[in-house]
Amino acid sequence: MNIRLTAFATTALGAIWGAQAFAQTELTMWYHGAGNPEESAVLDQIVEEFNASQSDWSVVVQSFPAGAYNDTVIAGALAGNLPDIIDVDGPVMPSWAWAGYIQPLEIDQGTIENFLPTAIGRWKDDIYSVGLWEAAVAMVTRRSVLEKYDIRIPTLAEPWTRDELDAALEAIKEGGEFDYPLDLGMAWSADEWYPYAFAPFLQSFGGDLIDRSTYLEADGVLNGDAGIEFGEWWQSLFDRELVPGTSQDPADRDSGLIDGKYAMSWNGNWAAANAVEAFGDDVLFLPAPDFGNGPKIGAASWQFAVSASSDHPEGANQFIEFMLQDRWQVAFSNAQAVIPATSSAAAESELYAEGAPMAVFYDLSKEQALLRPVTPGYPVMAKIFRKALADIASGADVADTLDAAADEIDADIEANSGYGN
Amino acid sequence: MASSLLRSDRAGWGFAIPAFALIGTFIVLPFFFAFYLSLTNQRLISPNPTEFVGLDNYRSLLGVAVVTLEPERGDDGAVLRDEDGNIEYPSLRSVTRNDDTPQYRGMREWFRWSSGDDARVVIARDVVFMKALVNTFTFVLVVAPCQAALALGLALLINQRLRGINVFRGIYFMPVVVSIVVVSLLWRFIYDGQDGLLNNLLSGLTFGLFQPVDWLGNPSTALGSIIVMSIWQAVGFHMVIWLAGLQTISPTLYEAADIEGATKWQRFRFVTWPGLRNTAVLILIVITMQCFALFAQIDVMTKGGPLDSTQTLVFQAVERGYGKQDISGGSTISVLLFLIVLCISLIQRWLTRERT
Repeated sequence: MNIRLTAFATTALGAIWGAQAFAQTELTMWYHGAGNPEESAVLDQIVEEFNASQSDWSVVVQSFPAGAYNDTVIAGALAGNLPDIIDVDGPVMPSWAWAGYIQPLEIDQGTIENFLPTAIGRWKDDIYSVGLWEAAVAMVTRRSVLEKYDIRIPTLAEPWTRDELDAALEAIKEGGEFDYPLDLGMAWSADEWYPYAFAPFLQSFGGDLIDRSTYLEADGVLNGDAGIEFGEWWQSLFDRELVPGTSQDPADRDSGLIDGKYAMSWNGNWAAANAVEAFGDDVLFLPAPDFGNGPKIGAASWQFAVSASSDHPEGANQFIEFMLQDRWQVAFSNAQAVIPATSSAAAESELYAEGAPMAVFYDLSKEQALLRPVTPGYPVMAKIFRKALADIASGADVADTLDAAADEIDADIEANSGYGN
Repeated sequence: MASSLLRSDRAGWGFAIPAFALIGTFIVLPFFFAFYLSLTNQRLISPNPTEFVGLDNYRSLLGVAVVTLEPERGDDGAVLRDEDGNIEYPSLRSVTRNDDTPQYRGMREWFRWSSGDDARVVIARDVVFMKALVNTFTFVLVVAPCQAALALGLALLINQRLRGINVFRGIYFMPVVVSIVVVSLLWRFIYDGQDGLLNNLLSGLTFGLFQPVDWLGNPSTALGSIIVMSIWQAVGFHMVIWLAGLQTISPTLYEAADIEGATKWQRFRFVTWPGLRNTAVLILIVITMQCFALFAQIDVMTKGGPLDSTQTLVFQAVERGYGKQDISGGSTISVLLFLIVLCISLIQRWLTRERT
């Protein structure tokens, strides 16, 4: 009798728990961070707390390696199989929005008021994605090296000019102490690095990948006078052997600065922790030089969005809104060295709080960041620009190469009927 | 006839059908699909409807023209020369970006030669594709004979009854088993321009006389470096096929040759080589096809650079289809590649046919 009663009670309890679990509608989410345990741990914690905090939705995360993530989403979209929530790399967002992979977010504007503007993915008056973090690049070097060669330490208010940068590189080269004065990261030829890191130089010269007023024409902008001036300067870096070329050993890119092969390195906040560890107080993160039209660095990192085919956009939006809290930004920042998207989160983070070694990166994002062209054509444009940069670095004629790149970009825009612009 | 063929060999067809079905689904069908896509403007990511564009994709890949540039002349009509005595020509921009010659717009220089004082410039609508075509043919023409000969040499060496010969077979075959991506990454370190293994080795052997060469960063050495590495990587595979061929030759033929007093060379020329005939045809066709599919080494080691010196057809097909999201452009290259390989295979079959 007793046994039977207990059994009955257990079944009933189980049924109630089961019902509670069933009452939560499942939301699926794809994330690009597979293979990174710290990052996954933070995301898992967010999901766990979200699922426990309300009774309508239950988020389930599936992670993919970053290298295969975009292909996975494209294949998923072609097969009509996207999850409810995805994350998207900032510059790719307009392409996915245009193709109908993602839908505009419906979140309370108040929650993103304090965000860095570049962490918010706006395309055509709608917000499609929001990021919990930003990324920034800086000129990483050592105070002792600059002092030795009598080079002025630039500030955000007064960055190096083009002449100052060139003179500094020449002076270090003459010293003969390093293999190369500056490492631009030419070894990272596979991904988005070239357009992300080097297009801002072009933009600081006064050129751009495309005319941003219409997003329809690259001719005259990429290969205009400013573009060609940039190209000549870019090529001269390699001709004068101030920087290693496209065949740079990837291992040197990772450790060359610390091993003393290079005096400076143009690198992102994600690699800054190593430099801090190696050089301690001697390390400097310097702002981008000003080539005439103000100093610029690239912007927009991974952001979160709701897929267009989601059956439960309200749940997906609710989850994204839940993620945007400062404490999750701090958790991500502490776990993987990314820059928090709000100043209040930055102030609480280990790496970017005031006085912390990498605090300057938050200011760089705030002061110098310029979004990559916000158009669905960007991914193709970036590929074309990448090749032009590599060719010019290897000695191709500057004007011809930029002409060809501009033609190719324009032809692609035409083939896509203007990309909806 | 066909019906009796079907009836008499039911088991044979039964065994063949799974393979036919798989080849049909994954090779024949996709090829027809690629052919169809090459006639459209299909994109990878686009909400725009796919349109039929006829042969536009082929035109934009294959368009070639020759223009003549007249030298710059001074006020007296004399040809202007630069400091080195070379004739100065106007920039090609004056032709390809000139409203008077709209037919050349967007075309780029492929190569040029001089005829008298004038320069003849071959301009192509898609220079990268043209360079990829030339590089691919160069690769095939060098790798096919070298790799086949080297593999035959190795096969002859290891086709002996020696103690521990299997160790050598294993060593030669090892690079084939390792993933090509891993091999390419390792060779990237070997070819490193400053302190790579190859540069260190050469400078050690010459007591420091040898100046380090940036093997993969220099347009004149990049393709050669990839050719050498590719030959080394796949030679073991073909060695095994040669070895299989060698072991089908009856030992009695060699005994007969010995009795006849044949020299080593005569034994090879009149016994071994005729016995390897079918193997040779197979190896030639297999290497040719594999060479045309050159992709992984390029993707890992150079991405087609420097200055397009290592662009190849398959790399361009992938780069266009997925990188530049132009599925129709990638399909067009695939179709052209298929036609090229088909033609070459047919020619090879015809040249190596059994003559009666």
